[in-house]
Amino acid sequence: MDREEGEDWEPLRARAAWADVVPIPQDDGPRPVVPIAYTDQFREVMDYFRAILAKDERSSRALELTAEVIALNSANYTVWHFRRLVLEALRSNLEEELDFIESVAENNFKNYQIWHHRRWVAQKLGVGAVSGELEFTEIVLLDDAKNYHAWSHRQWVLQELGGWEGELDFCSRLLEKDVYNNSAWNQRYFVVTKSPLIGGLQAMREHEVHYCVDAIKAAPMNESPWRYLRGLFKGDQDALAHNPLVVAACIEEIRKDASCVQALSLLVDLLCAGFRPTPSDTELLHQPVSSPADLASNVCTHLENVDAMRARYWAWRRSLLPSTTPVS
Amino acid sequence: MASSSSAAGAAAGGGVGEQRGSPSTSVSERMQKSLEDSVETLLGAFASAANQHTTSLLLELWRDEHVKYLKKGYQHLSSTYSVLDSSRPWLCYWILHSLAMLNQHYSSAVCYRSIDFLSRCQDKHGGYGGGPGQMPHLATTYAAVNALVTMGGEKALASIDREKTLQFFLRMKQPFGGFRMHDEGEIDVRGCYTAVSVAHILDIMVPELLENIPEYICSCQTYEGGIGGEPGAEAHGGYTYCGLATLALMNRVDVLDLPSLVNWVVFRQGAVEGGFQGRTNKLVDGCYSFWQGGVFSLLQRMMPELISQQEGWNGPLLAASQGFSSMSDASNCVEEVAGDETEGSVDVEKEKRTSQRPTVINQFMSTDDQLLYGPLFNAQALQGYILLCCQVLEGGLRDKPKKSADYYHTCYCLSGLTLAQDSASHRINAPPPPRAVLGPYSNLLEPVHPLCNVVLRRYYEAVRFFRHSPPVASYLG
Ligand SMILES: [Zn+2]
Repeated sequence: MDREEGEDWEPLRARAAWADVVPIPQDDGPRPVVPIAYTDQFREVMDYFRAILAKDERSSRALELTAEVIALNSANYTVWHFRRLVLEALRSNLEEELDFIESVAENNFKNYQIWHHRRWVAQKLGVGAVSGELEFTEIVLLDDAKNYHAWSHRQWVLQELGGWEGELDFCSRLLEKDVYNNSAWNQRYFVVTKSPLIGGLQAMREHEVHYCVDAIKAAPMNESPWRYLRGLFKGDQDALAHNPLVVAACIEEIRKDASCVQALSLLVDLLCAGFRPTPSDTELLHQPVSSPADLASNVCTHLENVDAMRARYWAWRRSLLPSTTPVS
Repeated sequence: MASSSSAAGAAAGGGVGEQRGSPSTSVSERMQKSLEDSVETLLGAFASAANQHTTSLLLELWRDEHVKYLKKGYQHLSSTYSVLDSSRPWLCYWILHSLAMLNQHYSSAVCYRSIDFLSRCQDKHGGYGGGPGQMPHLATTYAAVNALVTMGGEKALASIDREKTLQFFLRMKQPFGGFRMHDEGEIDVRGCYTAVSVAHILDIMVPELLENIPEYICSCQTYEGGIGGEPGAEAHGGYTYCGLATLALMNRVDVLDLPSLVNWVVFRQGAVEGGFQGRTNKLVDGCYSFWQGGVFSLLQRMMPELISQQEGWNGPLLAASQGFSSMSDASNCVEEVAGDETEGSVDVEKEKRTSQRPTVINQFMSTDDQLLYGPLFNAQALQGYILLCCQVLEGGLRDKPKKSADYYHTCYCLSGLTLAQDSASHRINAPPPPRAVLGPYSNLLEPVHPLCNVVLRRYYEAVRFFRHSPPVASYLG
């Protein structure tokens, strides 16, 4: 898959354009630890790069050399940094720089340096870069829907340069494809809370609760919408505990499946936040209870069994519940 | 990969998708199912083992193989490691720290060479770069300092230029609280952790360095409860560890919503696998044994703050339960009085705890502190995942079955393993009881410091060394 070393690569020492440069070897010392068996190409390209860096030569041949280094190790942040200095000195066309980034990355969009560089270029290009950047991140996410850097870049573009118009639909599309994609849920939260076009969390809450409840009904084991649902009421636990849609969805899932961990877990939180169950709710677990605290305690005990991996956590949650009805 | 996973899914049946009768399963579901299958094969082989001798054998930590793998890499790395040419102090740290946890001693020649090499990575204006001649970087500075602390000894510790390290950190510091990773570099929560962890060890925690960090990290806590890399980003194990550890080092964990953080992190432990995933609905990965497992070690030492926040959460339940007369029988008058008393006494208790609350950092500094609380995660299951699913027969540890070993995963699988073993200790720095160690007791690793991730005894040595060094003053000038 990789290009064979030396096949179509001309050593720098054989190139006339580089004849004036004296390469600087790496100062590794006599017996370095963690020594890497560099290929001859890697070593030579780095030696010439060190020479150019030492001279601080911001020329077009320097720019070409940084491309050669980056092709060999795209995580070398020193080279990327120097490349930016050269780009500025040469007043290079930054549209072309975007193409360069794509050619470098190919399928490797996992390192910090590439994305940081991309952000720098987009910042320089300004508002005109919006559609291109949204398209670019979309292509990356098509292949790797949870790519952390791609999502961060996308959020940065939206906040810094705009382009919010289609973002909620974009999230819906990705969630339609994979409702378990938590990154898309996170992006949805980002849009709902930050988009200047939507009106904020309060205005969107009812709409989003509906969206979320539908997703829960389709896949009750999916943790993402359950967390999103809680998130919609962040800082307002009282509203969560008294929202009829939330309460109904929670109770319904438990009625359908008494071992639905996500629903049981939400029920504990609802109770802690002051939700007052009806007499029929309290019989959910088929054990008589005399107060909401009692019910919360029973649900925790039940979770210790149905969610055994987290038994210690549920026992701990239970131990902190107020005990209004001492065990007789 | 995709075709084999769906085949396995069809053969095994009864997956998440089938249960809800969905016509097609998503990528996330298929990947999860495939991993669960391979984990279950490995755990199944263990479960069906005939006797205790066999199970103990299966659960053995392959020390010799790991040591051989680590020592080899320290002397020679193939050209495929060229992609880590800007992370060489990391390679030093991952390997030296792994060897230290395995209780291996290095020769003085190796120490000498390591100090010499790392000194060549140290920038003349402070901080360490990814290799000789590379720009200083916060992450490689953390790695280099931790490597030197792990080796220990005056020569190693004295090779760190504290004064210039601080100057470098202050150059990277942003007014809103974050740090650039390098000159003109990216800003995220890693920067806070690497700077503050090093500053803590070197005893250069000046106020300017810490300014607005709590506010910045707090703004990175997401609606899920975990912490993301920057404000708005998805909750993630690595950043959650970094954010929480930073605040613990500053004794400011109070700014976080701890109940939601705990609730998020407990759900990161795979119900089948026992290992940790980094984010919601992602696959478990051995390295999160440390990043997420480490969060639990930190939480275990901040229980008073956590409990007081969690009790605050439960407040409305107490009120609701007291007024809950419709279901109560005649005895509820008595109970309500009892309830009032309970409430009163809870408050008194809380008051007491608040006033006597030990600072988090003290809990980590003292050598003989009691650990009053057990861990909130399943430490046995995590050890099972690491030992049965992450070990590679040729040496080294890995992300998950079917992957190959590397030094990063070796370091963080072992770091997670030692924290899990230690989580049942009643005292910091005292060996855990045999039942806390899964497999033979010889699996027990050297204990590590959960905030800085260096072996405990070297941590104390370094802290002593730098507390007795002259104070840095020039940053004022
Ligand atoms: Zn990993």
